[in-house]
Amino acid sequence: MAFNGLGIRLVAISVDAPEVSAELCRKAGYSYAFLSDPNAEVIRRYDLVHPGGGVNGQDIARPAEFLLDSSGVVRWVNLTEDFRVRATPEEMFKAAKALH
Amino acid sequence: MRKQRWNGPVWLGFPFSLLAFMSYSLVFARFPVTRNVPWVNFLLFGISAALLFLGFRRILRDVQSFPGKTVGSIVIFLSASIFCIFCYVIFHATKQLPGSIGAPKIGQKAPQFALRDTQENSVSLATLLSTPLDQSNPSQRDPKGVLLIFYRGYW
Repeated sequence: MAFNGLGIRLVAISVDAPEVSAELCRKAGYSYAFLSDPNAEVIRRYDLVHPGGGVNGQDIARPAEFLLDSSGVVRWVNLTEDFRVRATPEEMFKAAKALH
Repeated sequence: MRKQRWNGPVWLGFPFSLLAFMSYSLVFARFPVTRNVPWVNFLLFGISAALLFLGFRRILRDVQSFPGKTVGSIVIFLSASIFCIFCYVIFHATKQLPGSIGAPKIGQKAPQFALRDTQENSVSLATLLSTPLDQSNPSQRDPKGVLLIFYRGYW
């Protein structure tokens, strides 16, 4: 993937169980890391909880993207105001390029 | 008395508005180009409105050939309601997000975590930041950065 070429690791995080994410990766062909936060603990730590936002009223993550440098410092962030509208791969790629 | 004829536009207008509504979550929300601005759905609503307008105009102009003023009015009301619900969802409901004022900001260190990956292995942020992207290539250095993508899940 192009992000690999920039030395950027992609990591996806949601409340989905590992097997749900595994199925998604298999179907969509994603090769990057998918991490499971079923109780939204990390999502809460990042203050990204969308209370009752899940299809059955579960607490889930609002869409958000953070680009961290190698020391773990946030260098770019996108918190959408509308969960239908997320950062595009192009926007994220631009931010990743700017990290160099 | 003139023969009564089938008023196609009125009857097609309603399914078109249903299609315009349903096709967003079923199809067009999958692609950013039709999701961020739901132009295809608005186009379908436009077609629905045009059909309903043409059909109702027929009724008004020639009610003997095209009866059904009451039913036509109901169909138009239902279609308009579907359009209003769609607008409510698109312009209001999906924007009801928490403030997230405590979310990490530019220049701040991202909070540590350890979560399970799809193989049930525990993976920490520190590991993600320090493990080379291509472990089969020993000359490769640590990643330059990590892009954390939080998403809603339940696909």
